[in-house]
Amino acid sequence: MGKVKPGPLARRPDNSAFKQQRLPAWSPMLTANTVLPFFYFMALICMLLGVWLLLTVQSTEELKLDYTEAGTCNLCFEKRKNVSNAAQPCICTAVFNIKKAFKGDVFFYYGLINFHQNLRRYMDSRDDAQMVGRKNNLKSPSSYCMPFDKNKNGVPIAPCGAVANSIFNDSFTLSYMASSGSVHVPLLRKGISWYTDKNIKYRNPSTENMTLPQVFEGTAPPLYWQKPVYDLDPLDKNNNGFINDDLIVWMREAAFPNFKKLYGVLHRANKPFVNGLPAGNYSVEISYNFPVQYFRGRKEVVLTTLTWFGGQNHFLPIAYLVTSCLIQLIAILLTVFWFKFGKNGQNMEE
Amino acid sequence: AHIGVGISGQEGMQAVLSSDYSFAQFRFLQRLLLVHGRWSYLRMCKFLRYFFYKNFTFTFVHFWFAFFCGFSAQTVYDEWFITLYNLVYTALPVLGMSLFDQDVNDVWSFQQPQLYVPGQLNLYFSKKAFFKCALHSCYSSMVLFFIPYAAMHDTVRGDGKDVADYQSFALLTQTCLLFAVTIQLCLEMSYWTAVNTFFVLGSLVMYFAVTFTMYSNGMFLMSPSAFPFIGTARNSLNQPNIWLTILLTSILCVLPVVTYRFLFIQLCPTINDKIMFKVRQAKASPAPPPRRTRIRRTSSRRSGYAFSHAQGYGDLVTSGRFLRRPALSRSSGLTNAGRTTTGFSPMGRSAGYSPTGRPQNAKVSDVEVTSLQMYRTITDPSL
Repeated sequence: MGKVKPGPLARRPDNSAFKQQRLPAWSPMLTANTVLPFFYFMALICMLLGVWLLLTVQSTEELKLDYTEAGTCNLCFEKRKNVSNAAQPCICTAVFNIKKAFKGDVFFYYGLINFHQNLRRYMDSRDDAQMVGRKNNLKSPSSYCMPFDKNKNGVPIAPCGAVANSIFNDSFTLSYMASSGSVHVPLLRKGISWYTDKNIKYRNPSTENMTLPQVFEGTAPPLYWQKPVYDLDPLDKNNNGFINDDLIVWMREAAFPNFKKLYGVLHRANKPFVNGLPAGNYSVEISYNFPVQYFRGRKEVVLTTLTWFGGQNHFLPIAYLVTSCLIQLIAILLTVFWFKFGKNGQNMEE
Repeated sequence: AHIGVGISGQEGMQAVLSSDYSFAQFRFLQRLLLVHGRWSYLRMCKFLRYFFYKNFTFTFVHFWFAFFCGFSAQTVYDEWFITLYNLVYTALPVLGMSLFDQDVNDVWSFQQPQLYVPGQLNLYFSKKAFFKCALHSCYSSMVLFFIPYAAMHDTVRGDGKDVADYQSFALLTQTCLLFAVTIQLCLEMSYWTAVNTFFVLGSLVMYFAVTFTMYSNGMFLMSPSAFPFIGTARNSLNQPNIWLTILLTSILCVLPVVTYRFLFIQLCPTINDKIMFKVRQAKASPAPPPRRTRIRRTSSRRSGYAFSHAQGYGDLVTSGRFLRRPALSRSSGLTNAGRTTTGFSPMGRSAGYSPTGRPQNAKVSDVEVTSLQMYRTITDPSL
């Protein structure tokens, strides 16, 4: 604040550009020679993008197999309707045929239809502090997990919550019916979860010099599980506890009721799978555990090849092409209107 | 009335104390109305329309998501985004627009008083304008939900891992939303000062900075249940899939607005469009803007009308004597240029001062009468 000048003009505000609202500025206006070229340019860009993406997506192959009641799985489907059979295993087989060989890396997903992992109370029912390995949360899970925080004996559940409780527990074995007989298709079951999930978001409680089962002593497995959390993967002891890949993949809730989650990647070390999956007949042997009739859902298996753009989703390329056509049409319309009515400001007389 | 104006003066300060605005001379009223009042109306209406638009769009997306989440009131966005949306990401740009926006500058506002008419007719914000804004929000929210939904619900990352999960979808939708409302703001703003530009770009940068910070490992390890979105930004924003979806939503949200406005400028331009066109033409061909001449207010004697305790100057006015050009300037050989008028001259019969306090100049080369005929042409038959 400057000195207050005495006199009749003492309280005049400053004559600065800021206070007198005269700041230098750019005043854009929608004129024909900016808008029309812009529309034509955007139409061109969208067309190019649409064509490029369409070509990319067309180069992927995808196969979906709904196995809820396919093949011999209808027997298992009936068996799983009765909840007292939950502990009994049920193996079934479904067959499918690949017409065109899947070249390159092949990814094996399991999919669920009509399972709302995005329900609010379902999504709240988890304890991230417990799953990052904090010891006090291990024995006293958060109240958000209720009623899946303690079992009927009052023992705390690890991992607590409805999300962990409802883990997908079907397992799959893929076989290729080659001319020489049935060949087992090897699937890599590691590295299916995000790096940040596997290494930071989910950690086992520190073991010091205990074994993993000892660390989890005093906790109980979730109500619907058949195995405790430290024994989820008997083959790989680093894949047990909260850092089990399948558990991590399941805990990453899907946004929509129809989703698919990664189960494994084709192991391409040996013939005949060096270049991907050859064409022919395949059978998948399923250990059928997950009951879906309660929510009128379906289960499926998805095999797909990928590009940098992702899986086989035609929406974005087609949307770009449609948008490009629309923009082109509008641009032509606007050019016509401008030419007839507004050219050289002929409509701008007052 | 919308505002009360008091004139401070020798009669006292009572009017000043009870009014909304006060100043010392009547002539300031013109500037108050035509420049500041008009700008204020414009800014308020733009602010209101845009504010309703951005919040309705933000909210309607939840309506569409409800059909897909079993109507369980799950939010589409990250909770931190919901908190910071109105507080940080869209607060300053809107503030900038409602403080600095001008459609034409003050000189033009002053000289084109017909620009004041939209304010009188309540054109910029009415039930109709609000309804149009709500409709626009509805359309934007549909684009902002369904395009990401269709693009993402059945796809995966380039390396096969998940990208259709709730957290990635939330991040995608909130980024699309922010881009769409920011571009809409850029279309609304018609006066881009450095401050405005800084606010707009800074808010976008702030969004990415805050998002990456909150989705970082450090914040998660500090409080896992408060920052559950760890890793989402890093894992989904490196997918070209996501950015192509953001581009498509922005295009689909913005181009209809541009089309609609451009079409209306061509077919039925408003008074604002016409004046702004004139401004551009004047800037392009730098002729001085037509100056209103105050020469016609020659007689300072008119200021005597208000004093009713004296007989007044009625006789003087009706006699027309004050309109006569003084003898001195007549013999200088100036030709009568039509609408030339008498200037102030110490030999003339004016009372010796002019109401505006400024010398009344005789340069009358470029004079134009506006359609409102605010100033009457005085032709002097006696010259």
